[in-house]
Amino acid sequence: MLAATDLVKSYGVRPVLRGVSLGAGPGECVAVLGANGAGKTTLLRVLATLSKPEGGLLSVNGIDALQHPDQARRLIGFVSHQPLVYPDLTGYENLLFYARLYGVDKQPMTSRHMLQTEHPFEGADSQRLGRDARLHIEALLRRVNLHLRAHDLTRTYSRGMLQRLAIARALIHDPVVILLDEPFTGLDQASARALSALLGEWMAAGKTLVMTTHEFARGLEGVTRAVLLRHGRIADEMSGDITPARLASWFE
Amino acid sequence: MLYLKQVLAIVRKDARVELRTRDATTAMIVFAIMAIVMLNFALRLRVDSLRPLTPGVLWVMLVFAGTLGLSRSMSAEHTNQCIDGLLMAPCDRSVIFFGKALANALFTLVIALIVTPLMAILFDESLLQWGVLLIVALGVVGYAGAGTLIATMAASTRAREVFLPILLFPLALPLVVASVVATSGFLDRLPFAQFGAWLGVVVTFLIIFWTAGTLLYEYLLEA
Repeated sequence: MLAATDLVKSYGVRPVLRGVSLGAGPGECVAVLGANGAGKTTLLRVLATLSKPEGGLLSVNGIDALQHPDQARRLIGFVSHQPLVYPDLTGYENLLFYARLYGVDKQPMTSRHMLQTEHPFEGADSQRLGRDARLHIEALLRRVNLHLRAHDLTRTYSRGMLQRLAIARALIHDPVVILLDEPFTGLDQASARALSALLGEWMAAGKTLVMTTHEFARGLEGVTRAVLLRHGRIADEMSGDITPARLASWFE
Repeated sequence: MLYLKQVLAIVRKDARVELRTRDATTAMIVFAIMAIVMLNFALRLRVDSLRPLTPGVLWVMLVFAGTLGLSRSMSAEHTNQCIDGLLMAPCDRSVIFFGKALANALFTLVIALIVTPLMAILFDESLLQWGVLLIVALGVVGYAGAGTLIATMAASTRAREVFLPILLFPLALPLVVASVVATSGFLDRLPFAQFGAWLGVVVTFLIIFWTAGTLLYEYLLEA
């Protein structure tokens, strides 16, 4: 689970986050909404330990992420607005590189990986995860429907394909907290539906999701809680039946 | 053990990209060869023998060609914001420094292996000696350490191509001077005592900047 308390962050003299507190438990999906410049991306970068806040507390599964960011990063998957993949490597090579960085390239997948995810990867490959982590990569590519283009350079991928590869990259170490920055931006309807289905699967598997968006018309089907970020503060919060019509009131 | 694997993962990734695209090495090789050939012709107009000039030309060539590689190495990490992918990895920031610096050193050493024999022919100097090659290796590794630090700083600026040489060349001046004197001493077959101290400067430079990279890289990436 993720717990942020009174996060403060400035760029120079301009305050961006002015005491943001946010919590999300297992199986929960929190959407952070706000206009451009509200501080959504900065908040997500702080939660991802990519940016250090000037004040506040951040805990991931009980680990103090500000004191021990290396340990926290093992539990966090981050899907940025950019794909974070190398254009001159293939999809497979990109994932292999990140698997090596996370130290999961040669390790058999542990029972934790299997237990935390009820249906980690669909298909026959899920039965063989323990034998070789390279199969884990192939299974991930199959799950995001990129297995047929796995050995093509990512510079030849479309925006939707890059986004799917970015998702596979973020899942390479089987994180318990997944942060998504504007994940639906630039996706066509089919890709957006596939991503919505994935979000639902992750929630069912007990993962904690936090995503930012400035769109309230799509991608919020499975969201359990929505918060409105305005001028670096949580201005409003909504749970229960979150509908575009209710959310629209925030932007009137 | 994982630390070493993570460092090697970055080196392998950079090497794979370079082998595939040859972006940095092609630019470095073409620049180095063109410059050496031009200098060979230009300098001969005023001096009878190029041999006394060889160490200086060799090191200026390596520094300039190396800078081309450094610039491309760090700008590649900013394509698709890949640097964030590295920063999200559960590793000490020094892993990233070591990985990038080792890859940069490797590419520059490859250039040195091509440039040095060429210079030996054109400048009529017996550069292919173990002593010279050792000094070249130490100097290049030291330069890659300092260059990786400065290239990381410059990469986040708009005018990175301009900032890198402006910041790096003054910093690398002691290394270049020491390397030239040490190389000259070896080529002139002087007693080691006469140029050993300069070799010491090269080694000290290497240690200082690789240690600084280990300790400071986190702060550089945060900036």
